[in-house]
Amino acid sequence: MSGHDHGDDGVSRRKVLECMTWAGTGVLWTVTGGVPRSLGIIDSAQAATAAAPGMTFLQISDSHVGFDKPANPNALGTLEEAVNKINAMPAKPSFMIHTGDITHLSKASEFDNADRIISQTKLDVHYVPGEHDFIDEEVKLYRERYGRGTKGHGWYSFDAGGVHFIGLVNVVDLKAGGLGNLGAEQLAWLEDDLRGKSKSTPIVLFAHIPLWTVYPQWGWGTEDGGRALEHVKGFGSVTVLNGHIHQVMQKVEGNVTFHTARSTAFPQPAPGAAPSPGPMKVEDAKLRGMLGVASVSFKQNEQRLAIIDTPLQG
Amino acid sequence: MKTLNRRDFGVDLGLALAAAILLPATKARADDLEIHIDNFVFQPAELNIKVGTTVTWTNRDDIPHTVVSAGKFRSKTLDTDDKFSFTFTNAGDYKYFCSLHPHMTGMIKVE
Repeated sequence: MSGHDHGDDGVSRRKVLECMTWAGTGVLWTVTGGVPRSLGIIDSAQAATAAAPGMTFLQISDSHVGFDKPANPNALGTLEEAVNKINAMPAKPSFMIHTGDITHLSKASEFDNADRIISQTKLDVHYVPGEHDFIDEEVKLYRERYGRGTKGHGWYSFDAGGVHFIGLVNVVDLKAGGLGNLGAEQLAWLEDDLRGKSKSTPIVLFAHIPLWTVYPQWGWGTEDGGRALEHVKGFGSVTVLNGHIHQVMQKVEGNVTFHTARSTAFPQPAPGAAPSPGPMKVEDAKLRGMLGVASVSFKQNEQRLAIIDTPLQG
Repeated sequence: MKTLNRRDFGVDLGLALAAAILLPATKARADDLEIHIDNFVFQPAELNIKVGTTVTWTNRDDIPHTVVSAGKFRSKTLDTDDKFSFTFTNAGDYKYFCSLHPHMTGMIKVE
């Protein structure tokens, strides 16, 4: 893990770009004093969680079970590797969130295989759907498995460790020429869900497509994401966790920290770095080097991020 | 997933000649057209066709796509190399897009 420890002294543009070149297995989040910090899922995480006890949770994303193209002929295998890493952690996280694209084609067998592997963590998993989870003919397989107790197309909230978590769905009713979409019904629910909450309650919003505009030319953003963010204005600590783009990106705006997680299946190119956002084929020997782990630390009253990248190999 | 018409069947098997004999009613019209999906782009993005023309979309990406024209036609999810065909029997402008990646748009003008 040496050579990729970005420390606490801020993040240079070069290092942010370097981080974006890795595809990883998951991000470990821990909450200390109500402020989420994310940590690498192996060595650094173990050290940090030991030093700072509190609620810990994991984020994994974009497992694309069923994907078998050249960029990674065995997406189920790399998901299993990620799960093995999680299981090897000495400090068990409280739960996990999965930010969508569990499957590649929404086939029942893909959902079953994903569940068979992910359940080996023996963690509660809070899912939100990606667009790849809603493409079965009747659009019912995701909801049958993960929709219980949710509203609309599958949004919901829960509280854990003093933090209010909100899972949003921005992959339905997409409009021609547009980006991800939350829709009026979900935004009204969000406003209602937050009503009466103390502004000191840390908020975690999670959804598949980035809620902020990363790269509209590739559809990497949410049309009405700004309206969701208006509803969390005034809260002291807001963390937005997304997937979809298969690489780490981060941004801090005021009290809001945005972060996208890596995929467990295949990397995608940096914005504009390829003709399309499709799966990025790298040399076989490099794939697991790109399936590294990342950690991000948030410190209260400081807006600087500390990022640690740890490739699994090489 | 795959939308196969009889014409595809014949061509796929390399039996175009036999197909033309056995299936004269589905013999490919000279003005039937193909659109490819490559790198998240419909190519060509705009087509001008005559009424009665059949257009066939083929997904050549490693990621699934759809072809949707609101209220007019909607393909199933097209995995790699899957095809979708639609015969345009009415004149008009048909804007369409991929419902999974809505920044992908195209237009068929039928006269």
